[in-house]
Amino acid sequence: MSQGVRPDPALRSDDVLSVSDLSTRFFTEEGQINAVESVSFDLRDNEILGIVGESGSGKSVTALSLIDLVESPGRITDGEVWYRNPDLAEEFRASDAVGVDGDHVDLRTVPPRVRRSLRGPSFSTIFQDPMSSFNPSITVGEQIAEAVEVQRRAKANPRSTRSRTQGYGLGQYLLDGIVPGRGYTSDESVDRAIELLEQVGIPDPAERVDEYPGEFSGGMLQRAMIAQALAGEPDVLIADEPTTALDVTIQAQILNLLREVQADRGMSIVLITHDLGVIAEMCDRVCVMYAGEVVERGTLDAVFDDSVHPYTEGLLGSIPDLEDPRPRLQPIEGNVPGLVDSEMDDRCYFADRCPKAMESCLEKPAERVVDAEAEHGAKCVLADRPYDPSEALPEDHFGGDAE
Amino acid sequence: MSDAEGPADAADPLLSVEGLRKYYADEQSLLDRLLGADEESVKAVDGVSFEVAEGETLGLVGESGCGKSTTGETVLRLREATDGRISFDGADLLEMTDAELTAFRRRAQIVFQDPFSSLDPRMTAGDIVTEGLRIHGIADQGERRETARDLLERVGLSADQIDRYPHEFSGGQRQRIGIARALAVDPEFIVLDEPVSALDVSVQAQILNLLDDLQDDFGLTYLFIAHNLSVVRHICDRVAVMYLGEIVETGPVDEIFADPAHPYTEALLSSVPRVTTDERDGDFETLHGDVPSPRNPPAGCHFHTRCPEARAACRESSPPAYDVGARRSATCFRADEDHSYWGSEPIEENARTAGDDD
Repeated sequence: MSQGVRPDPALRSDDVLSVSDLSTRFFTEEGQINAVESVSFDLRDNEILGIVGESGSGKSVTALSLIDLVESPGRITDGEVWYRNPDLAEEFRASDAVGVDGDHVDLRTVPPRVRRSLRGPSFSTIFQDPMSSFNPSITVGEQIAEAVEVQRRAKANPRSTRSRTQGYGLGQYLLDGIVPGRGYTSDESVDRAIELLEQVGIPDPAERVDEYPGEFSGGMLQRAMIAQALAGEPDVLIADEPTTALDVTIQAQILNLLREVQADRGMSIVLITHDLGVIAEMCDRVCVMYAGEVVERGTLDAVFDDSVHPYTEGLLGSIPDLEDPRPRLQPIEGNVPGLVDSEMDDRCYFADRCPKAMESCLEKPAERVVDAEAEHGAKCVLADRPYDPSEALPEDHFGGDAE
Repeated sequence: MSDAEGPADAADPLLSVEGLRKYYADEQSLLDRLLGADEESVKAVDGVSFEVAEGETLGLVGESGCGKSTTGETVLRLREATDGRISFDGADLLEMTDAELTAFRRRAQIVFQDPFSSLDPRMTAGDIVTEGLRIHGIADQGERRETARDLLERVGLSADQIDRYPHEFSGGQRQRIGIARALAVDPEFIVLDEPVSALDVSVQAQILNLLDDLQDDFGLTYLFIAHNLSVVRHICDRVAVMYLGEIVETGPVDEIFADPAHPYTEALLSSVPRVTTDERDGDFETLHGDVPSPRNPPAGCHFHTRCPEARAACRESSPPAYDVGARRSATCFRADEDHSYWGSEPIEENARTAGDDD
């Protein structure tokens, strides 16, 4: 794959994360699903990077792939995830098997136990649905204190996974059963949990720490999940549709909180959402995903105001505007493709829905640079030349069963 | 209560709702009754009045739990009202006999939110669409099938898809089937209960355009229930904003969005993330706290616990609907220049914490 719009050399010193050609496939009974197809992007210090796309565009699987949480039958089949961590780089510099470049380490090549140990102190995730992300039968405080405890033990012994949850074996279980009150958490970790709850704006944290998730409202529980994610003081926070399940006034509260947390702690956030409004309000740079690929990227202004890819244009044209209602929306015809490998031709995946599809779209487009300054790139031939109706594909080129 | 209707509304409205209440009572145990405990109920809809004129689209908007869906289902008598009056085309809906109700159901239909759970997975698209015709005994089997084919084409599907089952369709296509089902009996009035909120934006736009076209072609009247304000702005003529079982503001959509009279409407509007790259000036202006439980709503104005403008007077009594323009009303003391509200003490904590939620 070409380097596209990304800077050369690929790794800048302010890249906390740099992802190259990441591909994730699911091997299901219906066939191979190409959920993430050669995705590349960089996450810089102190920024909120937006990943936007419709359902099935691969944005959530991209997030899971970053932290190596893809479950069977899914597997990361290709790609590099460079993470900046001088200590880790030093540790593996001599190793041949591990990719090290300056302060960056390729997480795809380090042993799984190391990747595992990075979850929490380096990467943290907030999921969409707070109600199903907490265990309903354990108090919120206990669950946050557990995260604190895991991080505390991990810090004491950085590379050992034994000291973490894994250390909780059969013997420990039996001992806990016999000796009452021997919890995993300690008073200190509960105190820290209360502190974290206070930081995310939960009123009366000392009382609420003993409540169960069912006693929290959706917005409060999402705050608690952010508190839990902050327990390990991560460099990178991955927020996967953090406000989709919430009402609009609560969504605004949570977005304000995320901004605050980002600024206070100087961390970087990957914000995954389908809501272009959330992206416009929150992000510095944006990646637009379609059918597992990043089809357009760049600064917010470049992507929203000077979009090149017809899919980006289509998404923007589909949203009713609150201030300036247009008489008619400009939807994208048809549906998102199913991503089954055997059904994916080697072409631009958007061509069958694209109003500007041409003969040359039957060839897979490489990423083109639109504006190097704004890091604006698009996987579309329209970045090179204007639409030529004489080359347009016939209406029925992709068959007639489109919606 | 409804002094909001100006002279502009000379024609009789198609649907008129007055003081509608829907309470869900908790089961009382024998012990509760022996102890004489007060019956506790969830006041899902608590005194709602509005009118929908023929051919117009009224938006019912609010956050989850405000009672908007219950209102939509109650005005079709899918749920029995606890109290109030609903009249459809002059006839009292709550007094209707079974035969009258059956006739009414041919004239009023509903499209549900979730296109996955609202279609029977064991019925084909054709059967789903014509089920209403079969129940009302309209047309014979052959004609019904012909109607189904026409309707599927009309909503943007292919007539060849008539024998397919719901799982063979995408979410947007299923919602089209749900719309075709509602259209089958040739209704005048359709309740659209969050018809696009389960759909992706590109598909959502397709469905909104379709609903627009169908309204023109069939002369339909819509009650459009939604939480997405941009969608409401796009499709509705008038809008009613609900909070905790009550309508806090009604009026023409352009006026309400340009110049909201109720602080809650204002807060809702300012909370919506804008799809624009200009003017990003720090934090969202939003409300602090959560929506209180409808089981035990705050005394006085239900909104006073979160309202940035609340004063002591708001705790004491609940405001009536004030007339704030032609066909506009707002239930807020601020609409009354002479009210004692203006002389009472502001509720400090609200003013302080609103906006920055620290």
